Amino acid sequence: MIGIYLIGAFSIALALFLNRNKIITFALLGLFLILQGALTFHAYFNFHATELSYFTYDSLAVLLLFTLGIIAIPAIIHSHIYLEDQPAPPESRAIYYGAIVLLLTAISAAYLANHIAVIWIFTEITTLSASALIYHHRNKLALEGTWKYVFICAISITFVFIGILFLSLSLENAGSDDLSFKNLIANSSRLNPFWLRLSFLFIFTGFTAKLGLVPMFTAGIDAKDKAPAPAGALLSSVLMNMGFIGVFRFYVVIANTPLHHWANLVIGIAAFLSVFIATVYMIKVKNIKRMFAYSSIEHTGLVMLGLAAGGIGYYAAILHIILHAFVKSSMFFQFTQLYRVFQNKSIYHVGNYFKYNTAGAMVLLLGFISVTAMPPSGLFVSEFLIFRSLFEAHQIILLVAVLLLLTMIIYAFGKNILKILFIPAVGFDDSHVPVISPWESATQFILLALAVYLGLNPPAEFVQLIRESVMLLPN
Amino acid sequence: MIDVLLITFIITLFYIAIANRMLTYLKVLALQGVLLFVVVFLQLNEINPINLALILLETIVFKSVAVPLFMAYVLKRNHITREAEPFLPNFISLIITTLIVVITILLANNVKDTHLDKIFFVVALSSLFTGLYFIATRRKIITHVIGYLIIENGVFVLSLAVGNEMPMLVNLGIMLDIFASVLILGIFLNKIGDVFKDVDVDQLSSLKDY
Repeated sequence: MIGIYLIGAFSIALALFLNRNKIITFALLGLFLILQGALTFHAYFNFHATELSYFTYDSLAVLLLFTLGIIAIPAIIHSHIYLEDQPAPPESRAIYYGAIVLLLTAISAAYLANHIAVIWIFTEITTLSASALIYHHRNKLALEGTWKYVFICAISITFVFIGILFLSLSLENAGSDDLSFKNLIANSSRLNPFWLRLSFLFIFTGFTAKLGLVPMFTAGIDAKDKAPAPAGALLSSVLMNMGFIGVFRFYVVIANTPLHHWANLVIGIAAFLSVFIATVYMIKVKNIKRMFAYSSIEHTGLVMLGLAAGGIGYYAAILHIILHAFVKSSMFFQFTQLYRVFQNKSIYHVGNYFKYNTAGAMVLLLGFISVTAMPPSGLFVSEFLIFRSLFEAHQIILLVAVLLLLTMIIYAFGKNILKILFIPAVGFDDSHVPVISPWESATQFILLALAVYLGLNPPAEFVQLIRESVMLLPN
Repeated sequence: MIDVLLITFIITLFYIAIANRMLTYLKVLALQGVLLFVVVFLQLNEINPINLALILLETIVFKSVAVPLFMAYVLKRNHITREAEPFLPNFISLIITTLIVVITILLANNVKDTHLDKIFFVVALSSLFTGLYFIATRRKIITHVIGYLIIENGVFVLSLAVGNEMPMLVNLGIMLDIFASVLILGIFLNKIGDVFKDVDVDQLSSLKDY
């Protein structure tokens, strides 16, 4: 199935790239969504099967594939609305759709890969396809954002490769050169700690570019700002999950060695610094899309804190990354409608959104409540569990510091969102504001509701899948 | 023999630190490609036609012919001046490169691993750090790409040091990935040349938070 999927999806991407006819484009996109759905259900029904020797349908991959499948549908719908509203030349349209299909395919394949070098290859493909999405507008700023993104990702991907080389050095003592995660875990007691340390540092640093964590987070912010918002939604949800899976799968290996504590320390420092930096920027940022992007940095920081704290934190980290993907992508989808009303993304020139688009304003309000983890939100559950795990790991000072920073983030986020929703923008001429159909907000309500449902009342099967994903981690 | 070649490789790093003209950088990159090919060739235990073709493609065709020619084309097309315009004087660059090499030698001496060939390790790490240093201290955007290519050459040497055979598929993927990233970087560099007056990093500072 994965073979059919890869060949099918790559040929759909190529066809989209060559095709200029709108009806054929819809047909191809529909075909891709069907293929994506087929892969997801195939993965679910062939649990633990390995195909083409490099792809395994394990529990974490299945969870993230479902997340991706759900987000892909609104992403394509909103891309269509976006491209209808801001007509692009047929070539740019073709490149945009081709790149989105390529991006989703590469991310799905990276989720399923059971070999670190295979994840590496697909990560590189995501850089290339994301660069086409970021450069969609063909202007100066988009060019700057794309250049920075491609360059930083190219360097990070090289770092990951260096890490892989060190990893294979570390494996030499074990008398095997198979770098699949299964073999690494089986041989974890025989890995050379010196090389393993170096390898972890390089691989972790490399994947932070995709994951959005200190030190390589900067390029991702520019990318999410300059990419069209539906593409930005993918970059700050499913693509970040791909960075997470890269770090997580290797973390499982290192957690079974005596270096577990050291790795926790590294991850914890990077995670705390990410939350700190997100706070600093959230307070001064005036660009709405960048604000959403910094909020993603904060959330990955929390996820990684949960991972470093251990215990219930493992469960919470996986839950959080899934729920965050739903919530953050719905905020980005809403942004396209916001932009249509105000034609601006600076907070100074945006305001009183309730007057122009009530349904959309509700999405922003509910999204704000969800993303800052206030009680009805599903993220409340996962964040609460992360704090509990920090408490149980006796990291009280860290916990207090993180809570203080989060309070500041909620203040900054709330101030900006409430300004967008209620306070009229100075000098805004509302005679040309388009009427926006409330149906365009429907997908975002569904995503937000899904996040609440999965957080507050998770189906038994969902819990089972998460538990199974973290089963290999020691307590 | 391999040692001599690898030491020549380190000397090219010193040379790049004091070189002033853009074309010199490209020539040094081409020379590094040839050096890498000879090193790999001498290391081969048995001559397998497919393997040899792959190595030839990766080092000679790609690293010493295609990339330098493509970069020369980019230079010419965008009317990039011939001077490298470093932020720091060449003398200081030379000292810093020397320090990098000395530190990596000291570092390698502390590694106790019989599987590792130390001279490969020293060369790989020093070109990695020299590349990073190069990216940080040059004003032109194209020199960033050259720095990236130096890092890639270092990684190539490192993969020789490791000696652990990756599957063929992975090798091929790596080559295609590097090729694609250089191509993409070049294309965007051309776009930058079209859009901005000058191809300097100072031009790329308008994305801000407020």
